[in-house]
Amino acid sequence: MSELNEYSKLNHLSNETIDGEISTLNLGPTHPATHGIFQNILKVDGEKILSSEQTVGYIHRAFEKLAERRPYNQITPITDRLNYCSSPINNMGWHMTVEKLIGADVPKRVDYMRVIVMELARIADHLICNSVIGVDTGALTGFTYVFQEREKIYELYEEICGARLTTNVGRIGGFERDFSPTFHKKLKAFLKEFPKVFNEFDNLLSRNRIFMDRTIGAGPISAQRALDYSFTGPNLRAAGVDYDVRVMNPYASYEDFDFIVPVGTEGDTYDRFMVRQEEIRQSLKIIEQAYNNLPEGSYKADVPEFYLPPKEDVYNNMEALIYHFKIVMGETPIPVGEVYHSVEGGNGELGYYLISDGGRSPYRLQFRRPCFIYYQAYPEMITGQNISDAVLTLSSLNVIAGELDA
Amino acid sequence: MSSKLSNETVLSQLTAKFGSVILDSSEPHGLLTIEIQPSALIEVVKWIKTEPSLNIAFLTNIAGVHYPDVLDREFAVVYHLHSLVNNFRVRIKCFLAENNLVIESLTSIYSGANWMERETFDFYGIQFNGHPNLVRILNEDSMDYFPMRKQYHLEDETREDKDDRFFGR
Repeated sequence: MSELNEYSKLNHLSNETIDGEISTLNLGPTHPATHGIFQNILKVDGEKILSSEQTVGYIHRAFEKLAERRPYNQITPITDRLNYCSSPINNMGWHMTVEKLIGADVPKRVDYMRVIVMELARIADHLICNSVIGVDTGALTGFTYVFQEREKIYELYEEICGARLTTNVGRIGGFERDFSPTFHKKLKAFLKEFPKVFNEFDNLLSRNRIFMDRTIGAGPISAQRALDYSFTGPNLRAAGVDYDVRVMNPYASYEDFDFIVPVGTEGDTYDRFMVRQEEIRQSLKIIEQAYNNLPEGSYKADVPEFYLPPKEDVYNNMEALIYHFKIVMGETPIPVGEVYHSVEGGNGELGYYLISDGGRSPYRLQFRRPCFIYYQAYPEMITGQNISDAVLTLSSLNVIAGELDA
Repeated sequence: MSSKLSNETVLSQLTAKFGSVILDSSEPHGLLTIEIQPSALIEVVKWIKTEPSLNIAFLTNIAGVHYPDVLDREFAVVYHLHSLVNNFRVRIKCFLAENNLVIESLTSIYSGANWMERETFDFYGIQFNGHPNLVRILNEDSMDYFPMRKQYHLEDETREDKDDRFFGR
């Protein structure tokens, strides 16, 4: 009996010293769990997070200032570096913004080609995010499966534009060249092989008891709070709001395609994972529709003042030489105007707010970066959760440092 | 999906409700743009959010703009708002004078306005009245100027080794 008393006394004592002892934990700026450079200073009681303070801006590169100095065609490489997991979407979002400003009439074929490339980019983006959620729960296998497929998507980019990560794909008005025969071959092979690998990946995680236990209830946010924080993209849809720019304000002929917008209910890590999984399937469906109905026609719009002429014409054709010179020197007349255009990026509504005063560069260009806007909800989502849940929440929000800091 | 509201109906509703507060309106590329008195910002944003026929309850973004040559209207704060229910977008502009760069903060209406306003403050120095934590966000804390203002050039103008003035730069 006395031993038991002693024990409970000890126990009581130890509770007094450990409970309520608050320690500070630096998650980042460089930390294997953050997948990018941003800092979270967590106040923790044991494993439980009491509060979190964020510091961002470690890779701020002044894109908006840079854009005020560059001609329009030189801004495309800047957009690459926003969400570098899905650069083609950023590139084409910018091209479409400029086309809206100059009133370019883009052929249907360009729209369909763009849709194919943008949906490939969405698949690549979601694959990275979802496989990394797996890695953060301790399941590395799925990651190795799908990274091979992501590599194939990068090879497809390479066929179109020669680059892999920061693609700078396309031009204002369309593409620099038509899809090559190798692209067709590789895309067909990808469409055939990818679903099998993807299903295998899906089987590993989606109904895996351990994975579900780890992710269900981790970092939840309600639909109302998500809207209040201006969430967009898969993170908003996981909370149950079916807002998708592709459906609400179709661009690049998205209204031609038949696809569904998956939504979750709880807004937790598992729902975000599942929404992205389904979006990959829908993206595949869109690519198949676009590829099978690829219209004949030109791969570029008729906008000689913005679209670089073919090199052989530059040497032999007076007009082409003039346009070439004007574009390279940034002397193209730009209409005065103000335009907001948004596309459904990998992480949500990627918006371009462009003010032109007729000068060679934008007077003002603001990027609506979905990451930057929804990442501010992170402390609210992880307060009261465990540190391991915070890591999962971070990877399932898909915070990309490039987009966060611009 | 087309919008259930038209620019004309929204504008007439706004004019009927606020009248002289609305200083200007236009439709660049089909997007209803209204300029309002900065002092009425909170009132207007709150009303279009709660008015059932409008339901413009989603803050898309906030952008600062600098017009150094326009006297007493040197700075603009541009808000894009979106009604997800009616699929209707509206752009609200407030112009501020350089000697009185203060506007009400939207953080009481939208939590997401927090970082957007911090970013605008960081780059343009616009003060948001009522903001809970108005400090720099992307730039270094010790920075003593607001880099997106037009008087700060991207490159050092005094450099002589990069003379390419013939090419329009």
